Amino acid sequence: MGANEFAKLPHIGESLKRKEDLRFITGQGNYTDDINLNRQKYGYFVRSPHAHAIIKSVDISAAAGMPGVARIFTGADLAGKMGGLPCGWQIHNPDGTPMKEPAHPVLAHTKVRYVGDHVALVVADTHEHARNAAEAVNVDYEPLGAVIDMATAKNAPALHDEAPDNQCYKWTLGDKAAVDAAFAGAAHVTKLDLVNNRLVPNAMEPRAVNASYNRATDESELYVANQNPHVERLLMTAFVLQWPEHKVRVIAPDVGGGFGSKIYLYAEDVALTWAAKELNCAVKWTADRSEAFVSDAHGRDHVTHAEMAMDKDGKFLALRVHTNANLGAYLSTFATAVPTILYGTLLAGQYTTPLVYVEVDAWFTSTAPVDAYRGAGRPEATYLLERMATRCAWEMGLSQDEIRRRNFITEFPYQTPVALQYDTGDFPQLLDKANKLADVAGFAARKAASEAKGLLRGIGYSSYIEACGLAPSNIAGALGARAGLFEAGEVRVHPTGSVTVFTGSHSHGQGHETTFAQLVAARLGIDPSQVDIVHGDTGRIPFGMGTYGSRSLSVGGAAIMKALDKIEAKAKKIAAHLMEASDADIEFSGGEFKVKGTDKKIPFGQVALTAYVPHNYPLDKLEPGLNETAFYDPTNFTYPAGTHICEVEIDPQTGVVRVDRFSCVDDFGVIINPMIVEGQVQGGVAQGLGQALQEQCVYDKESGQLLTGSFMDYTMPRAADLVNIQIDHVCTPCTHNPIGSKGCGEAGAIGSPPAAMNAVLDALKSVGVKDLDMPASPSRVWEAIQKAKA
Amino acid sequence: MYAFTYERPASQADAAKLAQAGGKLLAGGQTLLASMKLRLAAPEQIVDLGAIADLKGIRRDGNNVVIGAMTCHADVAESAEVKAAIPALAALAAGIGDKQVRARGTIGGSVANNDPAADYPSALMALGATVRTNKREIKADDFFQGLFTTALDEGEMITAVSFPIPKKAAYVKFPQPASLFALIGVFVAQTDAGARVAVTGAGNGVFRHAGMEAALNGNFAPAAIAGVKTDEGEMSSDLHGSSAYRAHLVGVIAQRAVAKALA
Repeated sequence: MGANEFAKLPHIGESLKRKEDLRFITGQGNYTDDINLNRQKYGYFVRSPHAHAIIKSVDISAAAGMPGVARIFTGADLAGKMGGLPCGWQIHNPDGTPMKEPAHPVLAHTKVRYVGDHVALVVADTHEHARNAAEAVNVDYEPLGAVIDMATAKNAPALHDEAPDNQCYKWTLGDKAAVDAAFAGAAHVTKLDLVNNRLVPNAMEPRAVNASYNRATDESELYVANQNPHVERLLMTAFVLQWPEHKVRVIAPDVGGGFGSKIYLYAEDVALTWAAKELNCAVKWTADRSEAFVSDAHGRDHVTHAEMAMDKDGKFLALRVHTNANLGAYLSTFATAVPTILYGTLLAGQYTTPLVYVEVDAWFTSTAPVDAYRGAGRPEATYLLERMATRCAWEMGLSQDEIRRRNFITEFPYQTPVALQYDTGDFPQLLDKANKLADVAGFAARKAASEAKGLLRGIGYSSYIEACGLAPSNIAGALGARAGLFEAGEVRVHPTGSVTVFTGSHSHGQGHETTFAQLVAARLGIDPSQVDIVHGDTGRIPFGMGTYGSRSLSVGGAAIMKALDKIEAKAKKIAAHLMEASDADIEFSGGEFKVKGTDKKIPFGQVALTAYVPHNYPLDKLEPGLNETAFYDPTNFTYPAGTHICEVEIDPQTGVVRVDRFSCVDDFGVIINPMIVEGQVQGGVAQGLGQALQEQCVYDKESGQLLTGSFMDYTMPRAADLVNIQIDHVCTPCTHNPIGSKGCGEAGAIGSPPAAMNAVLDALKSVGVKDLDMPASPSRVWEAIQKAKA
Repeated sequence: MYAFTYERPASQADAAKLAQAGGKLLAGGQTLLASMKLRLAAPEQIVDLGAIADLKGIRRDGNNVVIGAMTCHADVAESAEVKAAIPALAALAAGIGDKQVRARGTIGGSVANNDPAADYPSALMALGATVRTNKREIKADDFFQGLFTTALDEGEMITAVSFPIPKKAAYVKFPQPASLFALIGVFVAQTDAGARVAVTGAGNGVFRHAGMEAALNGNFAPAAIAGVKTDEGEMSSDLHGSSAYRAHLVGVIAQRAVAKALA
């Protein structure tokens, strides 16, 4: 079935209320911390108070004798008994040598490398006892210098012997000589320095684990707040513990948000699983918020210089980019892909820029590991490109709208100079619709009204594109991925015609239980209430790569579509048998099998029952049952795109930026549940505006201590900070998946930061401010105004 | 949280005895309980003042409004008595923390804690309030002694705060973006004893702004203090604002407070 045909089915495009919300809003969600097991003990981690130090000794003698303590595990206990945490993506230097890949021990052994690094695990009968004993573990540290600033990392003390200059890799993409030549002939060059601020993910549910072991069966079971349980199991068993994969079951039950931070295999997960087996019990651990701040993988943290060469009409000729990327103290699971494959390849954006050269230096620092966070590389690319496009417009005397229009890609498929091939899109239409939605025509009057009140007003554009639906496995493999990126789905039709679907995608807020049920119901002509979606359990689901990169519907949903193709094909044979017709004459629509050209028909439910009660059944040609599994590996990325327009009002006396309007027009291809998509866009924009205006993770440059270690100092966006976000869509269906969907989960966080910052800078033009890095917090805006005055 | 013993006395006298013996007084717990959960505070004994009826309540006493130490912020915010007599004080209470904090946090707890970014201390200073304890009465000017420090003796317990009713008053808070505590909060009042201006959030503790008070005594209008400088050296400096920014904001927020008082 093609995307156009699919989009016309019942329930597709229907804003059904979310099935999962009944349990969530009535307090009946089942999160990892809600789960209690027999013989359960509690784990507590001793963490490093130093950014960088030698561990001279770990004395557990006092702690081991404290009330309730079962065992204390140190780095020395684990060393040699397991591998380190693996990195899933290998990047190569321009000379062909691989990146530096130092060991990432589950518990730090000889050295600690960031504040919060894991030093020991205390297991006790209660949380309080474990925590009390953890405080009595006496670690003798010899502090070494912290490495915080990438600009000076090269000459700072080495964190890892393997990387004496603290550099993990250099990565380049594009033809440098051709780009340099284009710059030499340019009519104008626009230059830009910018910082993509470091963020703490802050999912509402902190990370949590409840690991148990059954000596009778030699099986381990791990409940974990995670976005991809099969990947968690694969990495843990194959690379770290070297246990048989089938002896470990990983269950990610209800999960309260991830934003990327729950993709990764964390040290805690492994240490607790190991401890459960050592002690033949269950060990539970739930991070408190303070632990989440220091130990979740952080996001972003780029420092970039970029230059755009243009002809006299503002047509982009070439883009040259250098980025320093902070990877933190160790390589988290997908850390290395973020500032490279997920970043450099997006630098064409929506534009026909024929030449792009990007060079990335990636550094180890004594900070928490940095990895993918909602958007992962694509927000960094978009922020650069869209800040650049607006600055180019201003330097060329053009409007933000006009510079974009002059450079838009309008013919598809389009091969970019940075390896991607866009299959479809309509960028001018997105911009046109956004202009209307944002009432750009009324901006001048609103600006005058603001000025009359002594306030500044600005408008900012951002026309983003992202590569989602990760990913064609062969392309990812060629680019260094150490995993496949397909998805699996199983459709189990029960004898009475209701359906359970087992998907490798994982929902941690996305609403899959509703969207996927709509998809299946539409295909089979049954009611969505007759379809249940099961996810997040290696014991029940064939396989799965999980949820990230806005991939669930376009890859996970496509796998379900393939399984449904098999269900339909088999069901047609059963129907043909029942109606004594030939297979080729059976049509299926609206939940009924019909014989072409006759009025003979039977309902789907009758076929389902026959499959399981095969009294009148072609047993010589067909197996009983109606249960099919399919794996889907995409042939290309999907390319959601859109234009966001932000309007802000600034109080120059205090520096306070108020978002007055925010309008998004996005092309996500075919949409199944518009309400859920709207929620995804709203959440994404909230996170993007958080990055642009409020959030900033700061380490002290001398001590390496996390200065923004709680909500007292780390500014999360609140409802009152936001505005009613205007949302509209354009639909150019994805050409290479059967749903026509492109993904919507990250778009808001990708498109919104540059729109907001361009609006802030537009407002500040009149007071002489040209440059400002995120977040545009009141004090930073005020300081920028003072600096411009001076 | 470390283990502790818990007492819930029914009278001021019993509470005072326990406090004298070293018990830690618990009012609304909005600072103390959070500190205990983070293991930053480890009292051996908690003396919960929640059962002492005569520590709660709001009453008019001549030209004063007297608020019991255990009166929560929400009750002050919603009190008809306070709204009629000192609307600025009701508005200040309505802007403390969030709804949950206002339902638990108390005026006595806030004043005794003297957080440098708390709202209430600025009201006490600007209105010339008196802190009543189980032993004595202390003028606000003498009570607040910088960063989490007050004139309270060991074991001394606040029983009420008495606010003289001003002619005009207003409080304007500029929130620290993350915590929403006051980065700068300015309480201005036109009182029988002249103009009073108290600033919270800016430095190591609440303080009165002599320069602004002098200017406002000449002319109680925003323009009168537009040029009045604030000493940067007295200001804190952190991620959320340099001392220069804070000093500048004191002027901006004070002018807005005066305008609000006149509105």
